[in-house]
Amino acid sequence: MINVSKIKKGIVLDHISQGQGYKIFSQLKLDEIKDVVVLLRNIPSNKMGKKDLIKIETDIPLDLTVLGLIDPDITINIIENGERVDKIKLKLPQRVTGILKCKNPRCITQYEKVKDIDFILADPKKRTYRCEYCDSHTAL
Amino acid sequence: MNKTRHLIEPRDFTIEELDELFRLADNIIASPKEYLDVCKGKLLASLFFEPSTRTRFSFESAMLRLGGQVIGFDDPNASSTSKGETLADTIRTVGCYADIAVIRHPREGTAKLASKYSPHMPVINAGDGGHQHPTQTLTDLLTIRHYKKRFDNHVIAVCGDLKFGRTIHSLVKAMSRYENVKFIFISPDELKMPSYILDELHDTAYTQTDNLEMVIDQADILYMSRVQRERFVSEEEYERLKDYYVLDNVKLQNAKEDMIIMHPLPRVNEISAEVDDDPRAVYFEQARFGMYVRMALIMKLLELEV
Ligand SMILES: [Zn+2]
Repeated sequence: MINVSKIKKGIVLDHISQGQGYKIFSQLKLDEIKDVVVLLRNIPSNKMGKKDLIKIETDIPLDLTVLGLIDPDITINIIENGERVDKIKLKLPQRVTGILKCKNPRCITQYEKVKDIDFILADPKKRTYRCEYCDSHTAL
Repeated sequence: MNKTRHLIEPRDFTIEELDELFRLADNIIASPKEYLDVCKGKLLASLFFEPSTRTRFSFESAMLRLGGQVIGFDDPNASSTSKGETLADTIRTVGCYADIAVIRHPREGTAKLASKYSPHMPVINAGDGGHQHPTQTLTDLLTIRHYKKRFDNHVIAVCGDLKFGRTIHSLVKAMSRYENVKFIFISPDELKMPSYILDELHDTAYTQTDNLEMVIDQADILYMSRVQRERFVSEEEYERLKDYYVLDNVKLQNAKEDMIIMHPLPRVNEISAEVDDDPRAVYFEQARFGMYVRMALIMKLLELEV
């Protein structure tokens, strides 16, 4: 296994399901930040078989709401001085803004440019969200 | 200044606010002359991106009877949207001229989107595709209130196209907020009430059947609806289902004396013309209540009083 040095200060996203790492990388727009970012894929894991992992060495706060939507089983480790100081368990967000797109072909958002559409959690089991404009349900 | 209120869906008003609205409508019905000048100097923009003469007349009559004036269009080709203008720009521009806007549009969610670009001008949804049509619901509620004097403790039989009938979905949701209201859903199998509506109701709050005659005697309110051609992909299927229910005097024999028959109009064949003379038929009166409730609504959103 490739050894990637421990980070001093930042965030480690662990237990990402295999194959989801790149999606999260893109959704968090990690290609736009100037700090050190490492995306590890297909790491052997006792619990999950294989997993993905992302390390971000940064002190910029990141909006991690979207993670709960993509994969609520991700573990977020907050690192300071090389030590884990906090571990956050994700929940499905009640509301997501600007991430989902409405799939209803009759919805006005398909025809007009609408920025930052709000989606409200409709069914936590199915992980579906309701479009604020047409009320139809959609998932990521 | 208070935040600008819009009416996008029936749930935008609480039960208390609805009561207030209906009391105002009662007052207007009782003494319409007192309201002749309430909207003097006010302008209503009637933005119909798809034609609906019935709804447009109702709003325009409401505004004119309050002493206000109306501008607008009812042909989408006449609007600047047809030249590629965004909805946002249309609404912002209209907001410079008008005090209140009524919008009808074939796409779902349009009125809500319009309201976001209208910080000072109240927006009323007059139908956004198959989604919401809140003033129709207000019309139905005012009609029920007028004839039955209360909203609770009724058996409401709803008959026809329960699958695509947004008017019906909206009425069911609105009436289910009141105590001890029971529904009988009457439809052919192909046009049954969708599960997402049923899921919101208590299991004991409704029964389903395809036989109108069998249940008509239980109803306090019979709400008939039209099978809409535009909802069908296949013409054959439409032809087969459109005359599935035809209410006539024979079927009405077993109905309660004080039952009321409602219909959002226009009707096709689902109510036979012979029923029109039955005192229980209130569907033409419904249109009148529609105008009165829109008068009350315009006053409420413009925060006007006599
Ligand atoms: Zn939508």
